Amino acid sequence: MDHFDQIREHGIDAYLLEHEHKELLRFITCGSVDDGKSTLIGRLLYESKLIYEDQLAALEADSAKVGTQGEGLDFALLVDGLAAEREQGITIDVAYRYFSTKARKFIVADTPGHEQYTRNMVTGASMADAAVILLDARKGILSQTRRHTYICSLLGIRHLVLAVNKMDLVDYSQQVYLDVQAAYRELAASLGAGEVSCIPVSALVGDNVTEKSDKMPWYTGNTLLGELETLSVDELEVRKPFRMPVQWVNRPSSDFRGFSGYIASGSLKPGDEVAVLPSRKSSKVKSILGPEGEMLEAVASQSVTICLEDEIDASRGDVLSTAESQPKIADQFRSTIVWMHEEPMLPGRPYLMKIGAKTVSVSVAEPRHKVNINTFAKLPARTLELNDIGVCNINLDQAIAFDPYKENRHTGSFILIDRLTNDTVGAGMIDFALWRSDNVQWQNLDVDKAARSSAKGQKSSVVWFTGLSGAGKSTIANLLEKRLHADGRHTYLLDGDNVRHGLNKDLGFTDADRVENIRRVMEVSKLMIDAGLIVLVSFISPFRSERKMARDALEEGEFVEVFVDTDLAEAERRDPKGLYEKARQGQIKHFTGIDSPYEAPLDPEIHVRTQDCSPEEAAEQVMAHLKSFGALNSLPPPPKKK
Amino acid sequence: MALTHLERLEAESIHIIREVAAECENPVMLYSIGKDSSVMLHLAMKAFEPGKPPFPLMHVDTTWKFREMIAFRDNLIKEYGLDLIVHKNQEGIEKGIGPFTHGSAIHTDVMKTQSLKQALDKYQFDAAFGGARRDEEKSRAKERIFSFRSAQHRWDPKRQRPELWSTYNTRINKKESLRVFPLSNWTELDVWQYIHLKNIPVVPLYFAKERPVVERDGVMIMVDDERMPLNVGETPVMKMVRFRTLGCYPLTGAVESNATSLTDIIEEMLLTASSERQGRVIDHDAAASMEKKKQEGYF
Repeated sequence: MDHFDQIREHGIDAYLLEHEHKELLRFITCGSVDDGKSTLIGRLLYESKLIYEDQLAALEADSAKVGTQGEGLDFALLVDGLAAEREQGITIDVAYRYFSTKARKFIVADTPGHEQYTRNMVTGASMADAAVILLDARKGILSQTRRHTYICSLLGIRHLVLAVNKMDLVDYSQQVYLDVQAAYRELAASLGAGEVSCIPVSALVGDNVTEKSDKMPWYTGNTLLGELETLSVDELEVRKPFRMPVQWVNRPSSDFRGFSGYIASGSLKPGDEVAVLPSRKSSKVKSILGPEGEMLEAVASQSVTICLEDEIDASRGDVLSTAESQPKIADQFRSTIVWMHEEPMLPGRPYLMKIGAKTVSVSVAEPRHKVNINTFAKLPARTLELNDIGVCNINLDQAIAFDPYKENRHTGSFILIDRLTNDTVGAGMIDFALWRSDNVQWQNLDVDKAARSSAKGQKSSVVWFTGLSGAGKSTIANLLEKRLHADGRHTYLLDGDNVRHGLNKDLGFTDADRVENIRRVMEVSKLMIDAGLIVLVSFISPFRSERKMARDALEEGEFVEVFVDTDLAEAERRDPKGLYEKARQGQIKHFTGIDSPYEAPLDPEIHVRTQDCSPEEAAEQVMAHLKSFGALNSLPPPPKKK
Repeated sequence: MALTHLERLEAESIHIIREVAAECENPVMLYSIGKDSSVMLHLAMKAFEPGKPPFPLMHVDTTWKFREMIAFRDNLIKEYGLDLIVHKNQEGIEKGIGPFTHGSAIHTDVMKTQSLKQALDKYQFDAAFGGARRDEEKSRAKERIFSFRSAQHRWDPKRQRPELWSTYNTRINKKESLRVFPLSNWTELDVWQYIHLKNIPVVPLYFAKERPVVERDGVMIMVDDERMPLNVGETPVMKMVRFRTLGCYPLTGAVESNATSLTDIIEEMLLTASSERQGRVIDHDAAASMEKKKQEGYF
């Protein structure tokens, strides 16, 4: 019964009473244009009477102009959104649609089904309670059906509804349906997917979409809409242990202090014992404030503000949990990552990781494997490219509270953000914490960096020379080291070429190897800084993010970036090692400046333009800078008297 | 205790509003006085109770809004005790830009789109809340809740950030900004139901009343002030009308109606046969025009 009939029959007040209290179901539709997905959604919107006359008029006009259904309405046109896509006849992005029936309001995430849009589908699936998977009855289970089912089960969707479409084109054959259904149930079971229901439909004609079809008397189950109206909306979340990431500390005056957030799972009552993670300090709930004022109980999926009995410290990014069953804390994880960006993932590069209300720095190790999402085979991989799904270890710069994704969608999921462009580049699900994080503790030593460097009468630091090959980095670094040495300073020069002969001789010149190259040098520099040395690093180090990683790994002021700036033409003219010539002839691949990019520093401490000054002047410039911030201030200690 | 769809939508919106307050440096809530803005503001108040929202409101005033809208706005702001910035495009005012003299396209571009950009640049807001819903229009159905804008305020539908779970990426570089739509997942019906349930005040123009109107190109325009030039032989007629959306009065069509209460409005909306945006003169262009406008910085 549609809205119209209900109001006519029972009056508006009864209607409102009912409709202000219905449930919400979010579902995703998976399938390609050929499977009739847009047609199916268009029909659901049409038949739930949510298309207005002016939209219908536009639909009729569009159907006549670009429709594929001859005289009939092309429901797909209701759904296909942006101009470019309409012209190409495919939906590209994730689009959200809304319709409601007497029982429920529905939010449909409509995503394209092709493999190159895996990221879009993952996005749509991340919020869905259910998935409608479409397939063409004539074709049966295709690799895309396997792919869609894999993604839905990976993202933890609990209800899979298989719509066996185009039954009209197989003469409504029961046998065809039974065969497809049996094969599909087997597939779903092999993936450990949630509940499965199968429905024979024709989206085009309307069989079993919202009305039971008289063409398939052998099918006695729900229509598609009937299934969506009755499958159980998740109350599982409420039964899980209480979790709430602290999103906002509400402190409008000195006599109120509350922790605001969206409840990820469980329920909470005043008087309940709670813990703040990661500090694990505990207290009792004094009161819970919701949109309607004080609450007697709050449950998953509500936004609330919680006041505690004790003045314990909690800030944004912490997690409030039930005291009995607390989340684990760790800084290293096994995770499944979906790569979402055209720029591939670079193992070792630091990314930002946002989990709940917390943002930390993370590096992703080389994948253990990636997954062929059509065959589910595990493939070796050195990186993850757009739409790849892989299993990787990740390493955070601090410990966080978490639950495995399989146990909790909200406290086990994260996004990865590029530190420079701020793009969302990946999405991840925590599988489990690595044992290492619990067992390997940082050993605190009694003699520390400050003690070691003051014994040498200096402040340890890294002077990082970056620039094109042939720019003059090594020449200047070498001169500077001589100057420092003459001044009685303890130094060490790490030169790109030299390090590649030893420590880094297993690395090549691909982007991934360049990142690893810098990561190792950064770690070595860090040890040397800890030893109290002034470290000179002379590396092309072409990428901003890795230089930033090195900077971020050190303390404020310890990192001095020197941009040795020479035009490419000039560096190529100098070509001291004959490398440019080889690169131009194609004998060397991935050569910076020729077929691999150099990202110039945006804000270096020192900018040396070698075409305007001599190497000696440049070294002097760095020397002056070191003096200016006190690296060389204290005098070397006098020799001990015998 | 199963939550209703309105409770879930409410919780999601509050979560979004708090996330912006927590992560953005200088957010602002664009307040357009309409019913969606009323709901958005109500949610912002709820998000920070017992405190006040930690950001100002801003109204981009085209100077052609219904007088009742402005009166309602000033009253409400006083009652809630909030900060309101009213921005008008002075340049446009000096040039005398208006819908009657320059047409709806130029007026909207100068007094609304350009004016908004001016204001965002002037106050250096890095995030602006808007009350738009995805069910309003097709290009909006694809827009993210946290919608990234370049330093030139442009929206690039091909380069949107994926939005997963309820984990929002709010990071931007200098000069870039976010438009944030807390009501993305609400429908027109949800908005009215929520207003009904929570008794949220809305501008009286939504309710039917005798108002002076003239009919032009099939659209009934209310004569709200003396700036409206009447054509020869045109005389305003008193009719029982109301408005389904609110904007600049010369660009907003009235509908004949007897709906004088909230439930009447909801009933009428459910039984009516034309969509909400039909009353907006600005949307009558080509099908993909909204997408173009959005790319240029229209909200």
